[in-house]
Amino acid sequence: MSILTLLFYAIALLIVVATAMAVTRRNMVHAVLYLVLSFFGTAMLFYLLGAPFLAALEIIIYAGAIMVLFLFLIMMIRLKTLPGMFFPVGQLLPAILISAGFLVVSSVMVGRNPSGWAPMPAAQASPMAFGVYLFQTHWLAVEIASMLLLVALVGAYILGRRVRGPSADTRKEAP
Amino acid sequence: MIVPLNHILLLSGLLFSLGMFCTLARRNLIMMLLGIEIMLNAAAVGFVGASLHWQQMEGQAIVIFILAVAATEVSIGLAAILVVYRRTDSVDPDMDAALWEKGGSR
Repeated sequence: MSILTLLFYAIALLIVVATAMAVTRRNMVHAVLYLVLSFFGTAMLFYLLGAPFLAALEIIIYAGAIMVLFLFLIMMIRLKTLPGMFFPVGQLLPAILISAGFLVVSSVMVGRNPSGWAPMPAAQASPMAFGVYLFQTHWLAVEIASMLLLVALVGAYILGRRVRGPSADTRKEAP
Repeated sequence: MIVPLNHILLLSGLLFSLGMFCTLARRNLIMMLLGIEIMLNAAAVGFVGASLHWQQMEGQAIVIFILAVAATEVSIGLAAILVVYRRTDSVDPDMDAALWEKGGSR
């Protein structure tokens, strides 16, 4: 058992524990902070599995941008009364059953693959080789992804803009 | 030598089921969106592991697109949650339909 193997199991434990804590927190800010910890663990895992560029992107985009967006929204809307943490038992039980069922089925399917039990040799894709590969093989998909991000920008602006005119705020002041 | 592929896939499946539980069971729109993020991240872990197993960069390329889709989904989703919150003063997915119809309590 080499040092890399030990490192993998330590990081895997960190990720699973941090994610489980995030899922079960009542306070949403705590949940987001635990999830940031989980994404840092994922970034270390990516580095271990030979993807240093993706490790950097994971920290910059997931932990840096997406989670901060969640924090912005949580601090922007000040909930006076939090709704109950979980659904009532009648709806919670199917959720638990579906998640556990997915876990069992996927574990059985993964375990039945005999070629996956051999330890893999360590390898690393350098950022430059990865970038050349990405833009030579998948340039069209990269362009489509950039269009998708532009559409998201416009859509978020249109959704988030306050509508002037007969909105709820002005109607209240009129009479 | 590091771990076998199956251990990575099991970790990915465990993370995915945690995210699925979060999406299905939490009574809060923001936490449901967070669960979707966890599921996308779990898929990314699986792809990077498969990329190492077959020594191909295809899996790593897909993770880039997963990141783009996650960023899109979260920005649109949070804007939609903001609209729902302005109208109904609540982020409960189980809210009254009447509350939505009359444009909120204010």
